[in-house]
Amino acid sequence: MTRSSLLGQRALALGIGLASIAVSLLLTALIILAVGASPLEVFNKVTEGIGLTPTGLDIVRFSGVVNFWIPLMFVCTGLLVTFTAGLWNIGVEGQMMFGAVCATWVAQEVFLPTVIQVPLEMLAAALGGAFWAALTGLLKTRGGVHEIFGGVAMNNLANIFSIYLISGPWGNQGGQATPPFRPETLLLPISSEFRVSAAALIVMVVAFGGIFLALSGTRWGLELKAQGHSQRSALLLGVPVERNVLLAMALCGFMAGLAGSVRVLFTYGNLRPLVSGGIGFLGLLVVLLTGTRALWAPPIAFFFAAILGGSTRLKIALQLDQSLAGVVQGILVLMVILANGVRGRLHGRHPVQAPEASASLEAEEAAIHG
Amino acid sequence: MDSELARVLGSVVANATPLVIASLGETITERVGVINLSLDGSLQLAAMVAFVAAYASGNAMLGLAAGLIAGLLVALLILFSNIALRQDQVAVGFVLTLLAADLAQFLGQNYTRIPGPTFPTIPIPLLRDIPFLGTVFFNHNALVYFSFILLFTTWFVMYRTRWGLALRAVGERPAAAFARGTNVTRTRYLYTAIGGALVGVAGASYSLAIKAGWANPAVMRGDGWIALAIVIFGGWHPLRVAFGAYLFTGLRALASTIQQTTEFPLVLVNAVPWVLMILTLLLVSSGLVDRLMLLSPPWAQRLLRNFLRSAPPVALGTQFTRE
Repeated sequence: MTRSSLLGQRALALGIGLASIAVSLLLTALIILAVGASPLEVFNKVTEGIGLTPTGLDIVRFSGVVNFWIPLMFVCTGLLVTFTAGLWNIGVEGQMMFGAVCATWVAQEVFLPTVIQVPLEMLAAALGGAFWAALTGLLKTRGGVHEIFGGVAMNNLANIFSIYLISGPWGNQGGQATPPFRPETLLLPISSEFRVSAAALIVMVVAFGGIFLALSGTRWGLELKAQGHSQRSALLLGVPVERNVLLAMALCGFMAGLAGSVRVLFTYGNLRPLVSGGIGFLGLLVVLLTGTRALWAPPIAFFFAAILGGSTRLKIALQLDQSLAGVVQGILVLMVILANGVRGRLHGRHPVQAPEASASLEAEEAAIHG
Repeated sequence: MDSELARVLGSVVANATPLVIASLGETITERVGVINLSLDGSLQLAAMVAFVAAYASGNAMLGLAAGLIAGLLVALLILFSNIALRQDQVAVGFVLTLLAADLAQFLGQNYTRIPGPTFPTIPIPLLRDIPFLGTVFFNHNALVYFSFILLFTTWFVMYRTRWGLALRAVGERPAAAFARGTNVTRTRYLYTAIGGALVGVAGASYSLAIKAGWANPAVMRGDGWIALAIVIFGGWHPLRVAFGAYLFTGLRALASTIQQTTEFPLVLVNAVPWVLMILTLLLVSSGLVDRLMLLSPPWAQRLLRNFLRSAPPVALGTQFTRE
């Protein structure tokens, strides 16, 4: 390929990428107009919600975005594993919720010094999430139930279970949430201005780094990639597919459980219905965009967290439903997927969904065998 | 006693209508080799669009048409991105599940909890007077009758016509169907459109008949996933799929009756459909159905084999390319 045609392709890709974003913005504007609101005003309120003001950055509001970003990154980290393994872990919401339930149990029943108590709560949440995910994995490997259906059912069961606990055994008078946790069971903010949990942030960064290295630099990562491309050939190559499915699911559930613990131990300080707040599904959208290029996850997740965080002001300021955040994120992902397709068509007739599929699989096979 | 049971069964038949129509629509779509995973969102979007159109025009039929178009467009978008742009059906379907649900909630926010046109009950003369059956089957709105007609039309077209043969061939062996002169792409577009339109009608039947109005999408949230599972339970066979939809609705009705008469915690009854969903999927995919079939006499086996098949269409979710 000549340099000029390569440059041409890059320019084309960039152009199509920008066009997809432009179309997303245009569609969003039309949708906002359809409910009789002003797109400009919505944009102003959303940027205000993020903390971007004419006078500078409002650190309190900005920390709100970071507080969406941390659990979202936990979820994305886990989903990178299942995505690499070719699994649709749609049950990640339920894994967050069940993790939150487990953290709540420890917070209410165990009385230890904070330095032990809080890590124990997070560990309980992680193990709970892993357990919930492993059930979906077992349904798939042993019961032949596709992980999409198993996951959806487990999401609903986790939600119903948490509502039962809140309205019954763990409830207070109102029935809307459990009573607030004791202060010594909570994750603490860095400062009264920058209300972000340092502990959660550090655990998240370490977890993401660890998973990134495991996926890109270990034999296990290669195995997952191989079975993600073709389970059959991975099996023929001697990859323990069933074990890896369970392991990938459990690992993802572990991360989702941690995300759930951040929601109850930091964001809310108690357990409430749908404590996951849609962050699990959002994680799936982020990972759909990044594909297996894990390093793109943090910035894209941050951008999506900003949309989510910013939109929380819509209800108060403009009486607009917060679901607009989901609309914007959905349109954006859809447009990028479609743009990928358009680019693929213009480049030639190869599928773009699995970029390294044919070229590197042989290399991977060699690596696994060698 | 007789009439009380008839009344209960009649309400099960009425309440099952959206699930019957949606799962039949999805059956058609999947039999031609396409997964429309967006059902849960599509139903909500179609319900909202149908209600808003009916409310604005004062005409329930126009609402139904609008809902139909909404479902059709979502399904076509999935297939277009698969055929023309070579993207994964499941990925696009998943994004549309979330997007359509959020769109329904955002665009419908000014139309919640207001009364609008609905489909009236039309008792069918003579048939209505048959004891028991009249109450169960012939005292409903037009959408319920439509679901009856749809059920037998789908079965008839799929198994007794040349079109049905082409439909199934494209879902099973697209390359062979192509070699025999079937236009695979056109066939997929046609039946995906029909399937999507039916999902739209199903969505409309929530807001224009079952739970009149656009109050809260939570009323139907989850039903799209249940419909997708029912298609698997029904082994991609229209009659069994419809049976699954009725069975499911009946069991749900039973669960809520139990809830009224026992000490069982109220919220946990909501778990029943999901436990049932997992159990039925386990039953179908564990091969238990096949083993039961082997126990029956040989003549019955032949008869049952077609009816009890539980393997998905071979080309489901795959892409067909000519080269």
